[in-house]
Amino acid sequence: MATRPMTDKDAATDAFRQEVCQFLTDHFPPELKGKGNPMAGIESDLRETEPQRRWRESMGSRGWGTPTWPTAYGGGGLSRKQAAILSEELTRAGAYNPIGGMGVMMFGPTLLEYGNEQQKQEHIPPICRGEIRWCQGYSEPNAGSDLANLQTTAEDKGDHYLVNGQKTWTSGGQWADKCFCLVRTDRSDKHKGISFLLIDMRAPGVEVRPIRMISGLSPFCETFFTDVKVPKENLVGREGEGWTIGKRLLQHERTNLSGGGSTGRMTGQRLPDLAKKYHETDASGALADKVLRDRIADFEIRWGAFLLTARRAAEESKAQGGVSEISSVLKKLGTKLGQERSELIIGIMGLQGLGWEGEGFSETELAGVRAWLFGKATTIYGGSTEIQNNIIAKRVLGMLDHQ
Amino acid sequence: MAVLSEEQEMLRDMAREWVVNESPVAKFRAVRASGEPRAYDLATYATMAQMGWTGVIIPEAFGGTDFGWLSAGMIFEEMGKTVTASPLMATTLTAAAIMLGGSDEQKAKWLPQLASGAVIGTLAIDEGPHHAPHRLATTVANGRLTGTKAFVHEAHDAALFVVAAADGLYVVEADSAENAGSVRVATRHLADMRSHALVMFEGASAEKLAAGPEDLLDQLLDRARILTACEMLGMAQAVFDTTLDYLKQRVQFNQALSSFQALQHRMADLFGELAMMRSAVEGGLQALDAGMMVAQAATIAKAEANRVLHIISREGVQLHGGIGMTDEYDIGFYLKRARVLESSWGSTSFLKDRFAKISGY
Ligand SMILES: Cc1cc2nc3c(=O)[nH]c(=O)nc-3n(C[C@H](O)[C@H](O)[C@H](O)COP(=O)(O)OP(=O)(O)OC[C@H]3O[C@@H](n4cnc5c(N)ncnc54)[C@H](O)[C@@H]3O)c2cc1C
Repeated sequence: MATRPMTDKDAATDAFRQEVCQFLTDHFPPELKGKGNPMAGIESDLRETEPQRRWRESMGSRGWGTPTWPTAYGGGGLSRKQAAILSEELTRAGAYNPIGGMGVMMFGPTLLEYGNEQQKQEHIPPICRGEIRWCQGYSEPNAGSDLANLQTTAEDKGDHYLVNGQKTWTSGGQWADKCFCLVRTDRSDKHKGISFLLIDMRAPGVEVRPIRMISGLSPFCETFFTDVKVPKENLVGREGEGWTIGKRLLQHERTNLSGGGSTGRMTGQRLPDLAKKYHETDASGALADKVLRDRIADFEIRWGAFLLTARRAAEESKAQGGVSEISSVLKKLGTKLGQERSELIIGIMGLQGLGWEGEGFSETELAGVRAWLFGKATTIYGGSTEIQNNIIAKRVLGMLDHQ
Repeated sequence: MAVLSEEQEMLRDMAREWVVNESPVAKFRAVRASGEPRAYDLATYATMAQMGWTGVIIPEAFGGTDFGWLSAGMIFEEMGKTVTASPLMATTLTAAAIMLGGSDEQKAKWLPQLASGAVIGTLAIDEGPHHAPHRLATTVANGRLTGTKAFVHEAHDAALFVVAAADGLYVVEADSAENAGSVRVATRHLADMRSHALVMFEGASAEKLAAGPEDLLDQLLDRARILTACEMLGMAQAVFDTTLDYLKQRVQFNQALSSFQALQHRMADLFGELAMMRSAVEGGLQALDAGMMVAQAATIAKAEANRVLHIISREGVQLHGGIGMTDEYDIGFYLKRARVLESSWGSTSFLKDRFAKISGY
């Protein structure tokens, strides 16, 4: 094979790769190798171990948890190419990005776009360092798919807003420091009466009540606001701009959720390996259960096609400047496949894959059940699959809006 | 719905009313909260026995009512609607095993006690997490049975086990003085919060069910598949009905969700699937009562039950939105129970393979 002459660009890339490797050698605690990011899930408390804390601080202080965000606000300031190298090297070392959660996935990018200088200076650096957890105050009992029907009000009191109302399904509300919230500042217009407000979860008048889920865990809450005083400077954008900003945030959320939510992340095991563990193979190493073999192959082919679609969408969105309505397509496809994968996993394990607690089940088996159940939420939150279909039909395909 | 005799109609109406009033889902919640491994309410089961439900398939000569399989199936369907927990199905299948394979003496000894509800029985067949009834390691030597059975339903209170060994079916009396210490039950908590256990037989005294046909085990399992499919049918019907009600009542975008055509078509599709499931399940019961083409009918019944309940239990949660994900709402119980039953007595893989084999391809 002919070797290509080394360019300056290649040299810079190589140098960066070396820098990353050195950093990993110096800072990644080996005991965390192969472990997942405790902050990535919205379904669990954040209880860090000492090495986890050290690792978060190392990455955070360098801004590499949010690699492409501007250095001025604590981000890594890396190019996409460099970010890809960083991610490759993390994977190679069995490491993970310890900075995550809703601040990184949805709120940060939105604030960078719509926030004023002071807001960015105040809120972005702690997200980059993984110090502040954000939750999402969108849904209400009567404002789910019809989000714009939200009734929580923010009344103008001169130097502050007085917030009253109820949010629901607030993921991680009981662990969050702050909430990005959609509130009503004007009753006369459904969409233009909505504003985007940042609320301190520790402020007087904020109360959360955890809700138990079918998975047995309580990762989300009802959130009540009673005469909560919120400083005016916590309004993002202008009054009445909340719907536009809020929808933009949802596009970031959907792009992130298309990974299949917790379902996509669960058990790093490859399906074929799992199947071989629980089922017999014939002399050639093929699964003896031909129906199962067919199901797995069918899934893996479509999963492969989905990953290619996600990659293509990322390239296109880069060319077009940021997330778009294609996020609806990705979210719909990715979450459906994630759920299918979960169903396949428990199916492969048979009754052993339905253990709830107690003796007779491995940790992976028990985690599989909970993830399977939690994963059912991925096609509901972030705008349900049905709502994504409406968006695709109307916004992407230009079909008639009959609603 | 199959055409019923007057007697059957009465029985079904009675079951329907009783389940709704005396065994609503709240009863199951209470059972779950109690944390008892037996996972059913003793008083509820006693009432079932009083109503004669324990003897529906048992001949009158042995203390049953001989109402037949269709009647039994209707009861299980009604119970499935409220996820009623009880050892009724396990006990009914135990009776079926003895009716199919027991000697006159064995029938005379066990059937009256099963019919009256005095004895709870269950089947102990599979030895791993997958249904594989023809690969068994359990053996019997000199009337002593040794083997380990996985995920046995309703084992906790069972006094009588019908156990599959490599050379046929046996009955093991768990409570007999002779078997003290040789039948051990270890709880396995599954997502459906019902009674499941690993049962270890260590040289337990066992009696063969020797009077049955060559394919006794298959015939018994077909009965298990059909009755399980009945419970699944009730569950699917309940999820469908609850979802339909919810869509009619929940308002978003200033209109009932049921007014959105996308959801109307979804429900219409599910309605069609449910019709297929019902026909397949009732076809299984009718085949049993007629004693014809049972293997085929049982395979179709359970395969369709697996397929359709899988879809409906998933769609039910989805169409409820966030509230469907909460423990406070009942629908999650059906989802969790559904997957356990889908895996019991034959996953879809198993059944497809069996169907092709029976059909000669
Ligand atoms: C685990 C979990 C975590 C969540 N976390 C958060 C959070 O952190 N913050 C937050 O604000 N919210 C959160 N949510 C709420 C979530 O965004 C809502 O549940 C979602 O928007 C759906 O609203 P809903 O539950 O009111 O369902 P509904 O809107 O009542 O919908 C019920 C069903 O009807 C369908 N439907 C509704 N409208 C239409 C239509 N026009 N056409 C066709 N079908 C339609 C829906 O797709 C759904 O299947 C979370 C939800 C879950 C389950």
